[in-house]
Amino acid sequence: MATTFEVKNLDFYYGDFQALEDINVEIEGSTITAFIGPSGCGKSTFLRCLNRMNDLIPETRVEGLITLDGRDIYTNETDLVDLRRRVGMIFQQPNPFPMSIYDNVAYGPRLHGSPSKSELDGIVETTLKQAALWKEVKDKLNSLALSLSGGQQQRLCIARVLAVNPEVVLMDEPASAIDPTSTQKIEDLMAELKERFSIIIVTHNMQQAARVSDHTAFFMADDTGKANLIEFGNTDQIFTNPKDERTESYITGRFG
Amino acid sequence: MSARILRKVFLFCALTAVVSVVLIFIFVAVKGAPIFATAGFTRLFFSMNWDPLKGNFGMLPFIVGSFIVTLGALVLGAPLAIGTAIFLSEIAHDRIKRFIRPSVELLAGIPSVIYGFFGIILLVPLSRMLFGGSGFGLATAWIVLAIMILPTIAAISEDAISAVPPVYRMGSLALGATRWQTIKRVVIPTAMPGIVNAVVLGMGRAIGETMAVLMVLGNAPSVPKSVASPASTLTSAIALDMSYASGVHQTALFAMGLILLAVSMVLITVVRVWSGRVGR
Repeated sequence: MATTFEVKNLDFYYGDFQALEDINVEIEGSTITAFIGPSGCGKSTFLRCLNRMNDLIPETRVEGLITLDGRDIYTNETDLVDLRRRVGMIFQQPNPFPMSIYDNVAYGPRLHGSPSKSELDGIVETTLKQAALWKEVKDKLNSLALSLSGGQQQRLCIARVLAVNPEVVLMDEPASAIDPTSTQKIEDLMAELKERFSIIIVTHNMQQAARVSDHTAFFMADDTGKANLIEFGNTDQIFTNPKDERTESYITGRFG
Repeated sequence: MSARILRKVFLFCALTAVVSVVLIFIFVAVKGAPIFATAGFTRLFFSMNWDPLKGNFGMLPFIVGSFIVTLGALVLGAPLAIGTAIFLSEIAHDRIKRFIRPSVELLAGIPSVIYGFFGIILLVPLSRMLFGGSGFGLATAWIVLAIMILPTIAAISEDAISAVPPVYRMGSLALGATRWQTIKRVVIPTAMPGIVNAVVLGMGRAIGETMAVLMVLGNAPSVPKSVASPASTLTSAIALDMSYASGVHQTALFAMGLILLAVSMVLITVVRVWSGRVGR
């Protein structure tokens, strides 16, 4: 199923400070979209607008429209529980809960229903396989998740998100805190998983963006700190033939 | 040179605690132990008969009294305190926090005699009205102690809850958990070792409390039969009798002190072992 985000005239404020200005973009389903840009350019802020995680930060404000499959996600009636189940999130630092590997994966399904033991067993096995972690942990499902390596923990977090059947998964620099081998595994994983849901990934690593994504969005902040979406397009086009000269300067490494 | 002297000074400070603990133990044990030889364990620990003038030193009423008073105070006080901690760390806005936290801290600084007054003026009449009797008794002591241990348990629990990394909360909320589900399924379990630690320290405070209990418990050396019954605890009995006791009577009081000490040691050890195991 193709779930689409549409963003129109989005402004975002931390108190009086405007962090995002007039973002317009359409993100299609079953694709991988990379957000690139210099540090502090608002790409993570924008990512967190998409599942309303910014709501947790006091005195933030959103203006404009974000729709998911045509429905505004910033109305008073928006069901945040449902939104965040549909739009999962992987954080920069792997953050498995301090409980067993099994309980981490079962956490979401237990929140959203009361699955039987055998159903849970099934979900745990399937999602750990999908996250390419099953072989490494199948004999120690009851061990503490924190005993895993950083890369394994991040794949566990992916399994944890998969277990609630998301339609979109937001990844906030998912590979910046882990080793290259694990990064490779996660990139392979993304290519497989995009059949099932779309992925939006924030990354500082331009090679990574070029390798994994179908579309790329380039963000940049002006002198006052307001970030704009400078250019959005097919990844090939952005990296080989950017239309905006700022995009070109960035990807050729002239700044940022 | 000066570094070496400073080292000695600080070592001396640290050793004060160790030496005190050892001295207190030896002192209380030497003074109290003889009664075990003269009266025997059964007549001390399993007898209800406390009549020092006739040479009967059954301590069971006090042991039971201490146990029931402490348990009741914990049953009332711990949920109240943990609820306070959750409210302060997870729910309250800064403005409300600025008002509640100092109140809780003030509570910790109030002398126990004043808690006794509070009990006598407010809770004794209330207990008399609700449960009958004199009003001096278990129910009153429970409430007074519950309030006394609240700041201890609340402060340490709040520290434990605040120490739960924000990424856990974010991870849970991002999976579609509500705030309450996040508190219940991630935050509290993660903070549990600290919360248990807090409750055990509160328990230590409740067992050891003397003055406020003495003022509101009615001090009858018998096992209480209802929530309104007067009772005695190890601490209140020691404090009341010490001023005039002599001979074997005094030795019995020291033996009761020894029991108190042993219970505190066991509590502290339990916490150490338990939090050590969970921490690993």
